[in-house]
Amino acid sequence: MMYQIKDLQLSLPDMTRKPLLGAAPRIEILRGLTFDVPQGAVLGIVGGSGSGKSTLGRAMLRLLEPTGGSITFNGQDITHLAEDDLRPMRAQMQMIFQDPMSSLNPRRRVGGIIAGPLHVQGHEGIGAKVLEALDMVGLPRSFANRYPHELSGGQRQRVGIARAIALRPEFILADEIVSGLDVSSQAQVLNLLQELVRELGLTLAFISHDMSVIRRLCDRTLVLYRGEIVEQGPTAALFANPQAAYTRDLLDAIPLPDPDQVWA
Amino acid sequence: MRDARGDIKRPLGLRLWLSGGWLLLLALAALLAPWIAPQDPLAQDLFTSRLPPFWESGAEPGFWLGSDSLGRDVLSRIIHGARLALIVALVAGTLTCIIGTALGLIAGYYRGWPDRIISRFVDIWMAFPPVLFAILLIAVLGTGLTSIIIAIVVIDWTRFARVIRAEAMTQGAMDYVASAQVAGRKRMGTMLAEILPNVLPTVVALLTLEMGIAVIVEAILSFVNLSISTDSPTWGGMISEGRTSVHQAWWVLVFPLITLFFTVLSFSQLGEGLKDRFDPVLR
Repeated sequence: MMYQIKDLQLSLPDMTRKPLLGAAPRIEILRGLTFDVPQGAVLGIVGGSGSGKSTLGRAMLRLLEPTGGSITFNGQDITHLAEDDLRPMRAQMQMIFQDPMSSLNPRRRVGGIIAGPLHVQGHEGIGAKVLEALDMVGLPRSFANRYPHELSGGQRQRVGIARAIALRPEFILADEIVSGLDVSSQAQVLNLLQELVRELGLTLAFISHDMSVIRRLCDRTLVLYRGEIVEQGPTAALFANPQAAYTRDLLDAIPLPDPDQVWA
Repeated sequence: MRDARGDIKRPLGLRLWLSGGWLLLLALAALLAPWIAPQDPLAQDLFTSRLPPFWESGAEPGFWLGSDSLGRDVLSRIIHGARLALIVALVAGTLTCIIGTALGLIAGYYRGWPDRIISRFVDIWMAFPPVLFAILLIAVLGTGLTSIIIAIVVIDWTRFARVIRAEAMTQGAMDYVASAQVAGRKRMGTMLAEILPNVLPTVVALLTLEMGIAVIVEAILSFVNLSISTDSPTWGGMISEGRTSVHQAWWVLVFPLITLFFTVLSFSQLGEGLKDRFDPVLR
């Protein structure tokens, strides 16, 4: 098992309702989640706005510290591990961010952005690895000298993917990575991700609010609603026979191609 | 994949050239002052007192911008005054910038107790009227170049700390900072390698602004006789002396004032010009 997550809870202080004296009330964002991510799986995490899916992702990468439960990564408990102890493990868990503009440092060239994690983790032959990563995501090598604002949205997201795979991690978290792209770029980025998962044998957690994207990519799916798992299982089964009412709502929200539709 | 985004050209920086040109001229004048000044800036001669500038009748060759009531050449005094003005601008401006930026970055990126301490100090500092604060400091430290520089740094670091803290907070919330953490970069490294380059354009703009302010503060302190001894000519000192005889000899007041004006303007425009020219992110 790559990830074993047991009764994961996370709450954050609500500073807007903090009384003048004393502690702020806490908002429960994750209310006891239990699930596994097997080696080589592509897990879809789906849910509406505020369901806690991004918080779950950030807790899995330990950008946030859980307030209860446990997270085990490759057999090691990382629930409350200090940043210094997490650092060497970070090479194995990488992330692709939702907004490719904000996740790429605007004052660094693409080559420098992709090289960043390699430098931090003390790799050698960084130049060659950067070019290789650009090749793998289908960007021309000359892009290494460009700034992020000189790229299109789809190209930026490829840079984000290149940065994540440059370290050759075992696990990648993709947080709503196509929600900001137009439909044709979405398809290209999803195809690329699918290819990379196969080629590199990645384990992937794919966060999305879009069930049609989940169906294309993921072999297991987990449905979140208000910080709780309402349903999880193989994607095909979940689509064929949804158990929870909320899952049915999400499925109904997929626009189906309807030949009888009239644009009156 | 080839598109025009990489080929956009930058506009020609007219204000960079104008402001840079003026400051370069001033720097040359300051460096070469003993050789290019037409007269000894301290030489008093009552026979040449209150000579008008060269285009008016009664002007004398060698006194291009006229002379003051003690017969000292105005142009030579402006040229020698540039030395002090530029030293104060560079040294005080740079020191203020380094201290204020460092504190602002720490407060804005680390938050928590460092932020609380630094922000409280900024709040307290801002409650002092700056000119009175400067006069008070000079009274304690004594007059002289070092005291002026210390006074400017002690008073003005809050200007940087406040702005850079806000910028660092904005930048700290960006995903590229989270991405640096995912890569395993240490917090100090993230602050210096990721956040600093993104606040640098603001730092440069503030730095050049601060240099202009330093020139003005020096002039104010000279104006109230709290700067350097009267032996070394300063623009503020000249303005102060010219004020008393403005009806008989307006040039003693006006020429240093114009020089001061262009210098402060050039410093502030230089910052904007540098940003236009060198910031890789086109806005």
